[in-house]
Amino acid sequence: MSSPLYLAAAVAVSAVITWGLRALPFVVSTPLRRSAVLQYLAGQMPVGIMLILTLYTLRDVRLTALPAVAPTALALAAAIGLHLKTRNAVVSVLGATALHVALSTFWPS
Amino acid sequence: MSRDFAAAANDTASVGLSLFPLGISFGVLVVHTGLAWWWAPVFTAVIYAGSLEFLLLGLAAAVTPLGQIAVTALLVNLRHVFYALSFPLDQVRPLGRVYATFALTDEAYALTTGGRARSWSSARILWMQVLCQGYWVSGATVGALAGSLIPFTLRGLDFALTALFVVLTIDAWRARRDLPAPLLAVASFALAALLAPGQVLPIAMAVFTASLLTRYALRHRTAAPVPDGHGDRPVLTPATRAATPTPRAARVTPTAPTAPTAPTQER
Repeated sequence: MSSPLYLAAAVAVSAVITWGLRALPFVVSTPLRRSAVLQYLAGQMPVGIMLILTLYTLRDVRLTALPAVAPTALALAAAIGLHLKTRNAVVSVLGATALHVALSTFWPS
Repeated sequence: MSRDFAAAANDTASVGLSLFPLGISFGVLVVHTGLAWWWAPVFTAVIYAGSLEFLLLGLAAAVTPLGQIAVTALLVNLRHVFYALSFPLDQVRPLGRVYATFALTDEAYALTTGGRARSWSSARILWMQVLCQGYWVSGATVGALAGSLIPFTLRGLDFALTALFVVLTIDAWRARRDLPAPLLAVASFALAALLAPGQVLPIAMAVFTASLLTRYALRHRTAAPVPDGHGDRPVLTPATRAATPTPRAARVTPTAPTAPTAPTQER
């Protein structure tokens, strides 16, 4: 297991960078904030970044092992279906996660 | 003072309903990863960026070098830079701004976006943020304590992170139904997974950003020569070239007006 010192450093690095990103734009001059290219990125980036993060969390899923993939595939479908239907993040996240826990526990693999 | 608190409690009720249970699953995961329970409040209180905390658990368990953690934190949280475009920071009293920027999460942004917070007092904004962090930290602490008491391991709980990102993807898509961006993201991810399997996340995000800048530059070259060119310095590397023109994206690209069904922009 990783040492407490390493963990503390990892937490500190993450915290400093996160805070920096949140505070920096307020320090930067207004004209730069209004720049067209930044506005463009602000509009285009969120969906792509979230999609990349989704794919990243699924990176260990191997499509070759079909039966073992079923719990993840079904839970993924549940998350998408629930959120398209309810638009409620709590319902979608908790519902899909509960399904995945149940399937991972009881699925014969 | 108390009126501001009551208003903030009301503002954050729905967000709290999602932050608290998500915090619980994060806390349980902390314990399952093999960390002591008190790392859950430390992660959630000090970093306070939900999706990064989930990712960091996996990265830290694999003793990922700090440099790569820094790059990941930078790219995962880069979106926060854009929250500044609409967050009403100037309504917060100067000393409170330190905390207001620290706690400018997706939820705080969502609650104040669209001019909704234009009349909010400094105290109401700060209480809103304190409450959001309170739900998150207490949920994680409860989850970690509960997780260390339950003798068995809940399998498959890590799917909470995937489900969270799926939800955020759908919400972001609804805000702006524009196909090229998600297509470029998928292409960037595929490219990164092929070329750099060990560094997929930072590479995919960098390629995606570069491809967006390329698209922006191309659109402005063809559409209208805008003299206001500052910031118009896209870096055209071979990698971004390769990732950019998926045939389907190219067909939709040329200054496609947003779909007629698209809701009006929030910002």
